[in-house]
Amino acid sequence: MDAPLHFRTATEVSALLARREVSSVEITRAVIERTRAVEDRVRAFTARDEQRALAQAAASDARRAADRTLGPLDGVPVSVKDVLASEGEPLTCSSRMLANFVSPYDATAIARLKAAGAVLWGRLNMDEFAMGSSTENSAFHTTANPWDLDRIPGGSSGGSAAALAAGESIVTLGSDTGGSIRQPAALCGVSGLKPTYGRVSRYGLVAFASSLDQVGPLGRCVDDLGLLLGAISGHDERDSTSVRVPVPDFNVEAAARLAQHRERPLRIGLPKEYFGEGLDPEIRAAIEHAIAFYRAQGCDVREVSLPHTQYAIATYYIIATAEASSNLARYDGIRYGHRSTNISDAIDIYAQSRAEGFGAEVKRRIILGTYVLSSGYYDAYYLRAQKVRTLIRRDFLQAFEQVDALLTPTSPIPAFRKGEKSADPLAMYLADIFTISTNLAGLPGLSIPCGFTAGGLPIGLQLLGRPFEESTLLALAKSYEQSHDWHLRRPSL
Amino acid sequence: MSGSSPQLDIDYVARLARLALTEAEKQAFAHQLGDVLTYIEQLKAVDVTGIEPTAHAFEVVNVWQEDVSAPAFPVEKALQNAPAARDHMIVVPKVVDDAG
Repeated sequence: MDAPLHFRTATEVSALLARREVSSVEITRAVIERTRAVEDRVRAFTARDEQRALAQAAASDARRAADRTLGPLDGVPVSVKDVLASEGEPLTCSSRMLANFVSPYDATAIARLKAAGAVLWGRLNMDEFAMGSSTENSAFHTTANPWDLDRIPGGSSGGSAAALAAGESIVTLGSDTGGSIRQPAALCGVSGLKPTYGRVSRYGLVAFASSLDQVGPLGRCVDDLGLLLGAISGHDERDSTSVRVPVPDFNVEAAARLAQHRERPLRIGLPKEYFGEGLDPEIRAAIEHAIAFYRAQGCDVREVSLPHTQYAIATYYIIATAEASSNLARYDGIRYGHRSTNISDAIDIYAQSRAEGFGAEVKRRIILGTYVLSSGYYDAYYLRAQKVRTLIRRDFLQAFEQVDALLTPTSPIPAFRKGEKSADPLAMYLADIFTISTNLAGLPGLSIPCGFTAGGLPIGLQLLGRPFEESTLLALAKSYEQSHDWHLRRPSL
Repeated sequence: MSGSSPQLDIDYVARLARLALTEAEKQAFAHQLGDVLTYIEQLKAVDVTGIEPTAHAFEVVNVWQEDVSAPAFPVEKALQNAPAARDHMIVVPKVVDDAG
């Protein structure tokens, strides 16, 4: 039995379009109709423009009729986290600060999607300025986890994951600074990939922590990750940290890796520090099943050590908040964004506009970041954290001398209830333990579904790799997906 | 390490950050960030002697570009999100006193 159109993968939709079994307008209508039916319960979007999406779909169909298609994504609906600029569309970062902002230009990732003929469908909810792990920090509304509407979808790309799980889009883009693609993917039962730092241009991505931020895809199958990653990757002269490395056809390269694996088995490392206390027993059991699967596939699975893991969260929250306090200094109420009318002098315009425009978590992080950079504390906090970052990165590079990839849980806990952790920021930060180090080390990582709790909540499996070896991760993920059907399960909405 | 928990002068830091906070926010943040700072203290246990700091995961070098002219961002677009604009300029409250 075929899945309804709105639950098809981008890879399937691309094939249907190529065979002219469906038009782009039909598939776009299908996700629009589905969104109309379920969005009042899921609330994954911050903005939707049906006419805009349908116009792009009609243009795609016209290209196809004239045999001038732009590639495999031509006509495929893609929804985007509300953190990437798309000319003429709202860009809010789920913040009151940018409630009325309209992008004057395209982010490079968006320009590349447009050049590939993708149909941009809506803007997706997130934690304000990508700060959070639950999407509860959105200034507008919280997003529900489609598997249990009383629970959070993860974050900060919660809308990007929930929209896929609910069938409101075909494939989505998110951003990942400390796990913001992988953790919501895990909690919503979809797949998500954080590319190597520098793989995808950050031009037009609203900056949170510039040395950690990376744009990446979420999808309902592994092939969709490779397809979308290929479309958005590559050097960009407008982002000096984007790297000049060739962009392969990731899915072709992944298939080649898998074929090589039959000659020379891939080696998988299990970081012992990721399997200690605090790991939910049902998640541990699901991960152990996945480990057994990889062993049965002939992989050489062995324990490795990342000895500085326990320092990752402290290091991250110093570096990320320091960079954020600097990046968010641009929101001063002068050139764009919210401007307070409740001011007594010209300096007041900064302090009042920021007080009114930012939510609690953003303020907390600005305060912390300003503090760790302030005179007398810089060496003790920021400089020390940068040195520990060196040690954390070194741990990974040493592990990758022994193994080709690392396998871990994505999140130590399944989706929690709305409000459960909002009053305790430290508890929320601690839930990022398995995803944060990847960003500090600049490595690629992905999450795929690997089971469900007895209560019906999705569980995610994380694979981490060497810099620029996304294809190895996609190969391992694909081999797991081919033998399991977790990714085909749908929530009842 | 003194053993005492770190002190965060919230008024001073908020002023540095150009962020007006309410009394309730000050109390809540001081308490919550006190927890976070206590947690962060554990980094003092790491021996970082002789370790170089990492600012970027990959070595970043200066990138030069050819100095060629290209179409510029039109003024109208640059100002389209300004809270107040007039005659191709952003309008701000008066900074200098008339008497000055």
